[in-house]
Parts: sequence; C-alpha cells; structure tokens
Amino acid sequence: MDFGPYLLLAMLEGAVLAAVLALMASGLSLVFGVMRVVNVAHGEFYMLGAVMAWVVTQFLAGLGGGAAVNFIAAAVLAPLIVCAIAAAADVTILKRLDYDPERVIVATIGLLYVIQQATLMGYGPDARPVVAPFNQRIALPWFEFGENGFQMYYPWGLSTTSYKLFVIVAAVVLLFALRLFMTRSRAGLVMRATQLDRDMATAFGIPVEKVYALVFGAGAALAALAGVLIVPIQQAHYLMGGDALLLSFIVVIIGGLGSLAGTVVAAVIIGMSDGIISVFFTPTLAKIIATLAVALVLVFRPQGLFGVKTR
Amino acid sequence: MSRKDLTLHLGLVALLFALHFILPAYHHGIFARVMVLAVYAVGYNIAFGYTGLLSLGHAMFFAAGMYGMGLVSYHFGVPALPAWFVGVACAAALAFVVGLLALRTQDVSFMIVTLMFAQAAYLIILYFSEVTRGDDGFVIPGALRAIGPFDLSDEGTRYIVAWILFSTALLFSLWLVRHPFGRVLVALRENEERARLLGYDTGRRKLASLVISGTISGAAGAAYAGLFGYVGGSFAGVQYSIFALLWVLLGGAGTVLGPFIGTLFMFYLIDLATEVTEAYMLIAGVVLVLLTLFAPQGIVGEIRRRLWKDLP
Amino acid sequence: MTEIPSKTKTGLISPTRRGALKTLAAGAGAAATMPLWARYTSAQSAAPIKIGFGKHATGIGAAYGRWYERTSVAALAKINAEGGINGRPVELVTEDDGTDPRRAAEVLEKFANQSDCDVAFGTLFSHVVVGAAPRAGELKLPYFVVSEGHHVASGMLNRWTLQPGITDVKSQISAMAPFLTGTLGKKVTMIYPDYAFGYDHRDNLAPAIEAAGGEVVAKIAIPPTETSFTKYFPQIPRDTDVIYHVMIGPAVLTFVKEMGEFFGPSRPEIFGFIDSLEATDLTSPGLEFLDGTYFWEGNPRYLQADAPDYVKAYRDAVGLDENGASVSDPSDVSTSAHMFGCWETLHIIKAGMEAAGYQSTADRQKLVEAVEVMSMMEAGPAHPQGTKMFNGKTHQVFGPQYISKVEGGKLSVVKTVPYEETIYPDEVDYTSMSF
Repeated sequence: MDFGPYLLLAMLEGAVLAAVLALMASGLSLVFGVMRVVNVAHGEFYMLGAVMAWVVTQFLAGLGGGAAVNFIAAAVLAPLIVCAIAAAADVTILKRLDYDPERVIVATIGLLYVIQQATLMGYGPDARPVVAPFNQRIALPWFEFGENGFQMYYPWGLSTTSYKLFVIVAAVVLLFALRLFMTRSRAGLVMRATQLDRDMATAFGIPVEKVYALVFGAGAALAALAGVLIVPIQQAHYLMGGDALLLSFIVVIIGGLGSLAGTVVAAVIIGMSDGIISVFFTPTLAKIIATLAVALVLVFRPQGLFGVKTR
Repeated sequence: MSRKDLTLHLGLVALLFALHFILPAYHHGIFARVMVLAVYAVGYNIAFGYTGLLSLGHAMFFAAGMYGMGLVSYHFGVPALPAWFVGVACAAALAFVVGLLALRTQDVSFMIVTLMFAQAAYLIILYFSEVTRGDDGFVIPGALRAIGPFDLSDEGTRYIVAWILFSTALLFSLWLVRHPFGRVLVALRENEERARLLGYDTGRRKLASLVISGTISGAAGAAYAGLFGYVGGSFAGVQYSIFALLWVLLGGAGTVLGPFIGTLFMFYLIDLATEVTEAYMLIAGVVLVLLTLFAPQGIVGEIRRRLWKDLP
Repeated sequence: MTEIPSKTKTGLISPTRRGALKTLAAGAGAAATMPLWARYTSAQSAAPIKIGFGKHATGIGAAYGRWYERTSVAALAKINAEGGINGRPVELVTEDDGTDPRRAAEVLEKFANQSDCDVAFGTLFSHVVVGAAPRAGELKLPYFVVSEGHHVASGMLNRWTLQPGITDVKSQISAMAPFLTGTLGKKVTMIYPDYAFGYDHRDNLAPAIEAAGGEVVAKIAIPPTETSFTKYFPQIPRDTDVIYHVMIGPAVLTFVKEMGEFFGPSRPEIFGFIDSLEATDLTSPGLEFLDGTYFWEGNPRYLQADAPDYVKAYRDAVGLDENGASVSDPSDVSTSAHMFGCWETLHIIKAGMEAAGYQSTADRQKLVEAVEVMSMMEAGPAHPQGTKMFNGKTHQVFGPQYISKVEGGKLSVVKTVPYEETIYPDEVDYTSMSF
C-alpha cells in the first residue's frame, strides 16, 4: 500500500483506539482526581462492560429483539450494572481502608482477580461476539496529483466501517457531556468541591462518602461504556482488561493524573501513535517504547506532560 | 541478636532439613519449590516490608536472575554454579539502574514506575525472541544442571540446594534487620523525613535496600532456572510481581519469617483450590482483599502484634 | 502410594530411611489430602490405570481444553467399554494447567507423586509443553503431548516426551506448500502469531514454498495478545497472490473479520490454518467473505459425504453434530482439527501398554520403548483421522492432511495429502538417549 493511504488507515484505526481509551482513561482519571486513589481493577470494569453487553444482547435476542435495539439496551444497562458493582465495592472495601492510597492499590489488585475469576466462572473462558447495530464497509477515496492533474481513486484496502466511525463520534459526544456535567451541573460542582478539599466539603454538609461511592461507580461506568462500544469490534473475553488497564495507565500518567483535558489529549496521542508507530516498527517495540516513556515521564516530569505542577 | 530470635529461625531451618527425610514425594517437591520462591519473597520483603518501597515490578529482578543464568548456560554452555552467579549479577545490575531512576519518585508513582519498567522488561524478553525464545522459553540442557558431582535434577539434591539457599537468605535477612543498617531502613519506612533530619543519606540507603532486595530476588530466579530447568517469559509477567506482594502481605510484611509462611500457605491454598474450581486465582484475589481489610500485618505480623512483641 | 523408581543418579544425601518413613507418612497423609477416589487405590492388578490429563481449562488455551477433555473422556469410555487396558479400567485424572508452563510442571509432579498416574497426557500449547517436558524427564513419567508443535521432533525435549497422536507443523506445511503454489499462486504473504507456534510456521513455510516453486513476499508477525488487526494489513504487498494466515487465541474471530473488512470485494486468494478459526462458528457475522477461501484442517470439522463409519462413530462418541459443534449446543463449536489427537493418543497408550505388558508404574520405561517401536497405524476406529506412520526415533507421527474450501458457510474437503508426502528428514534420534 502507498504511504499516504497507509497513514490514513493507521490514523483511522488509531482514532478508534483513542476514542475508547479516552473514555476509559477519563474514568480512571476522574476517580484519581476526586478520591486520590488508583483503581487497579479499572480494566476489569471495562471487561465487565463488554461481558454485560453480551449478556444483555443475548438475553434480549432470546426475546426476539433486533440488533440495534439490543445494542442500545446494552449500552444503557451494562454501565449501570457495573456502576452498581463498583459502588458496592467502594462502600464495602475502599471506605474501610479510609482511601489509604497504597492499601487501595493492593485491595484493588485483589478486586481485579475476584472480578476476573468470577467472570471466568460465570461466563466462561471463551471470546464471544456481540453483533454491531450496523456495520457497513466504507471504502475511502484518496487524492493524488498525477499527469492528468488532480485525481481521486479508491486505493486497495483503504476502508473503515460505519460502526468504527460511530464509536469515534459517540466517544466525542460522551466526553463533551462528561465535561458539561462536571462544569455545569450541581453534582459536578459537588465532586469538584470534594476534590479540592475533602474536609471543607464535609464542613459544608456535602455527603463525602456518598460522593466517593458515586464517583467510583461513575468511573467504572465510563470504563464499562468503553467496553460496550468496543465489543462489536472485538469480542468479550475475561482477560481483555489487562492490556486495556495498562494503556489507560499510560494515558492518564502522560496526561497528568486527575486532569480530564490532559487525559483526552494523551489518549489521542497514545491511540494515534499506537496506530502510526506500528507502521514503522513492530507492535512489541511500540509497546516497549510507550511503557518506558511513561516510566521516564513519571520520573522526570511527575505532573505529566500536560499537567501543571501543584504546590 | 537475641537468643530467642536465633533459636526460632534456626529451628525453622532445622525443621526444613528434617522434613527432607519424612515428606512424601509430592510434598517434598512442593517444599523444594516453595523454598526457592520464598527466597524471592524474602528479597521482596527487604524492599517492601522493611524499607516501605512498594514495588509492583519485582518480577523483572526474578527474571533477570533467571535469564542471566539461563541464557549463559543455554547459549554458551556455562555450568550451573558460575551461571547462577551471572544471573545474580544481572539482577543486581538491573536493580541498581532501576533504583537510580525509580527512587526519584515516591509512593504511588514508585509503584507505577516499577510496574512500567517490569512491563518493558517483559516485552523486551518477547521482542528478542531469537535469543530468549520468547513466550515459549527454553530448557536448560540437563548436562549443565549439576554442581560438581551433584545432579540438580535429582529430587534429593534439589531439595538440599533449595534448603541451603533459603536458609542463607533467611539468616541473612535476620542479620540485616538486627544490624544498624536495617534499623535505618525501618526508620525510613516509618518516617523518611525524620530519618533525613537525623542526618541519614536516605537516597543512598533506599538504593542499597533496593539493590539487596533485587539481588536476592534474582538469586531466587537463577536458582529456579537451575533447579527446575526451564526459563520462560511467563515468569517476567506482572502476575509474578503481584505474587511476591501477595506472599509477603499474607505472611507478614516486615517480619523475617513472613515471606516463607506466606509463600507456603498460598501455595497449598491454590493447590487445594484447583480441586474445587477452575478459577483458583479467585482465592488469591479474595485473600488479598481480606488481608488489606482485616489483617494488614499478615499472619506473622498478627502473631507479633498479639503474642510476641519483639519478633523480628 | 507406589514408590518412584529407584534413583540412578547421585543424590546429595540419599535418604535411606526416607522410603520406610515415607510409606508411613504417606498412609496418613494420603487419607487426609488425596481426592476421594485415590483412597481406594491399592496394589491390586484390577486397580484402574490412571491417565493424568493436563487441561488448558483457563488462560488463552481454554477453548481447546474443553474439547480436549470431551474427546478424551469419550475415548476412555470406548476403551473401557471394550475391556480397558490389559483388562484394567482406565481413568482420566484432570488438572488445570492454566495454559501456564510453571503450573504445568507442577501438575506433572502431582500426577507422578500424588495422584499416582501411570502417564501424563494432553498438553497443546507449545510453551506449556516446553516448560513441562523437563519435569517429565526427571520424574521419568511418559508424557504424551497433543500439541502439533515441532518441539518434539526438533530434538529439544527428551526421551519421555512423545507426540504419537497428532502431526507437527513442519510436516503440515510441507504438505500444504505444493497446493498453495500449484493452485492458488506463487507469491505468498504470511500472517502468523509472534510466538513459538508461529515461529514453526515462519521458519518452515519459506523453504517449503521455495521448494514448490513459489516465494514468500512478506512475513507479518502479530503478538498473540493483540486485539485489533487492521493496522497490520497494509503491510501486505500489493502483488500478493495468496495470503497464508494462522492465528491463535481469543481474538481470532476479530482477526478474520477485520481481514474481510480490509479487503472488501477485491481480495487475493486466502489460505488459512484452521487454528485461525478453531472453536469459532463459520457463520459468525463478518465471516461471509471467507466463502471461497481455503483452510488446512487436521481433521475435517464438517461431516463429509464420503465419511467412513468409524469416523461417524468417533463423532457420535465425542458428541459432534454434522457441523462439528456440540450436539447439545450448536453454538459450541469444536476444535476438530486438533482434538482427534487426544482420541488417537489414548488408543496408542492402550496399544503401547498392552504391547509392553504394562503392570505398574515400574513399567513406564517399557511403555516408552513399546511406543518407540510402533510404526504404521491404519485408519480405523482407533485412528479416525487416517492412516499414519510413527517415527520412533523422532517421537513424532506423520499423518494425512486435509485441504478444505469454504462453501456456503461449510468446509468441504477438496484435497487429502497422504502421510507419505509430509515426511521430512529426521533431526534427532531419541532412542539413542538414555532414560
């Protein structure tokens, strides 16, 4: 394939990854921003979202629903279910640890295995597909200045699908909604107040414990939503959370822990570079570079590439 | 070092030696394996338990030892004992470099930096699959797995070698924590700022602790390769970093006996769980959650808290 | 508990009293820690023969493990119905190895030392085989793998590890190459997993294709944990005549689906190893484009019109419908191209034990020697996949290979390559090694 179309294809693929990553990582970032804890089980909530999407569509298909209706139901129900599970985990585990950062990491590692293995027991070890609500192959044109001037043609292999475009659009819309929610709504205000000063928020009568449970649930729901969006492209599998967790760590750290805008920018960079670096290097090398970059960013620029130094 | 301490730990060493003669074959094999893995946990405990450095990447040191040892014997035919020293040296060097960088960070950042370095190390093993044989790993030629006339693949020899290694690591760690240097490490864990104000060069001591910890972990990895004959990428995966944390937490972080007790307990727990469910890692998860909730001190830590105040 | 065979190598400390004490301790220990069935074992010759089955129940090999177990259970039911082995019933002792090399080695120890198995059997994924085989050698436990990796025949393993029930990748490729260059095209691009099983393909395909007059124009390695594939496809050269794909792991369906989306209507010829779609329904959404492409099959998934009675009997015993899915759940598709190896291996263990006059674990070496002298295995109820030839020196079997075409969402066999055309020169002589 020629270089130009190849690059375009890599960027399209990168954009899909970036969209999913941005959603997922903003959940991780939200939790860290408000609660100052790192949720290592975040990848499992992503996996749970995908698995729940399969469960819901499977159940509704049994009732005779169409692919589109089933998918919409899954997109609503799966994040809600996951949100409830996460909020319950917050109340039963994290709250008792008093949100001590290190103990929370250890406990969420435990939670990671519990969720993953419970899924293995209930759902099984297979990768299962969910039918996309729509999925047309769209061949893309490419432009070129040739001997006959400006030409348009359809290069071999340059294509995407309508569903992949939908994922990108959906993620953009959802992220805007999240931003509006955080800045304009009262609930968002309460969350930000809690983030800035927990004790002061308590003094002003904000039910901090409830806020924490909701934030933890909302963070998980964002991951689950990312899982629902990706599952028609990939499939739901009980081990899918691992790589996704690592990638969202990378994104959140490069974007600056707790910064939503930084997270989105970093997701675009990481998603795009994953697509584009793999044009030039092998994927394993690309991952080595990314993980080492994250480690070095944390060592030499702990506020992240886009973060502002606090205090 | 008090007499009581010494009696207790020498008692465990003697007990493990006695078990060599009485354990049935299957449990004899498990104990040999657990002792090697417990050395890894002992190493992890020095950084995490005594110095407060919560690393999520110790598998890279275990793997450095394992691959350092395995690659020189596989590619150059170096016999087991010198190859083991090569593995230990590799782990020490890696721990030094990682320490220089990672110790610039603290707490959560330190956890993530070590996790990322370990992930990079794992991917590097996969990337250079021509040399390392990647995921598949390789088998160390049987002829090289011997120290002098003693064949390491013999069950009895394997047990004794594992026992010698474990006893050395255990007594070393007992000596270390009773030594003034070890006490400074504990001071670092409890309050780094105060230790600094007291005039200790905290940076150098943390680095020393991490290098000791990484070296012992590497010694375990190298011994594992020599005793069990297989070197593979799965040992460098994130799960093995978590295992070390789990074993130490379960046994009791910051106790000398904890790493061994935790490793042994977890091993049998999982072994029995496999008979009940396929999802045996579920047990590991539940144990981790319960430990952080109800017994953050671990088994030996709880004994110390309730029964024996100055247990090391 | 049976004593393990006496040690021949030097022990650092020879535990002389251990034997006596161990028997005592074992008696007490066994009652408490052993699973129920083990408590009934005694030295009676009517006691069942135990076959330790290392199952990939979890990890990336899980879909295979499930079907390997079903096939093995069916094979043992048949063997037991026909009188067992040497008149003794046969039992399967199943342990999950987590598709993990360390656990697999521990599982072998469990088989040899705790559950008192006569042989170990059944591992598929090659890194698990490589990790566990040294332990089999040390435990002197016959280890029958069903892996199709080239590790056995390459000489990397040991005298106790055999692969008599399934062919290896190297011979499969040499059987496929003439068909690729002769029927589909000369310029081949290969897509394979960046992992040991993939390296068997990478290292052996190019020489085989060149020997058949073609050329491998590109080799695209994909990490086994990858979940999205479109970004790799542009590396396929434009002048490719044939795409040769072999993928493994949970993302295989995504791989094939995205390949279809990439090419759209203008695809080159496509030839795949069925590994890319084992346990996956060919009628899954997105796979329509596979119509008219070709697959290697170790054993046909769909019931062929000319299938002999023993093939039908095998499929009925395992519980396969005519689409190669479970009779109880049509969406549960089998790993047909590999699992027959379990069936055949168990029959070979039976034949080997009967030839060796196998009585107890003391006869394990005799069993290995008895299998090593085997050669021709005629197609029939014990060998439903076809007539094979076992090479005792390399511990590897050679058998027929099937090439199938996707037509209307089903695979129909278009060519069968007999075992004679899959043989390559020996790379090792295990029989010259000591036990």
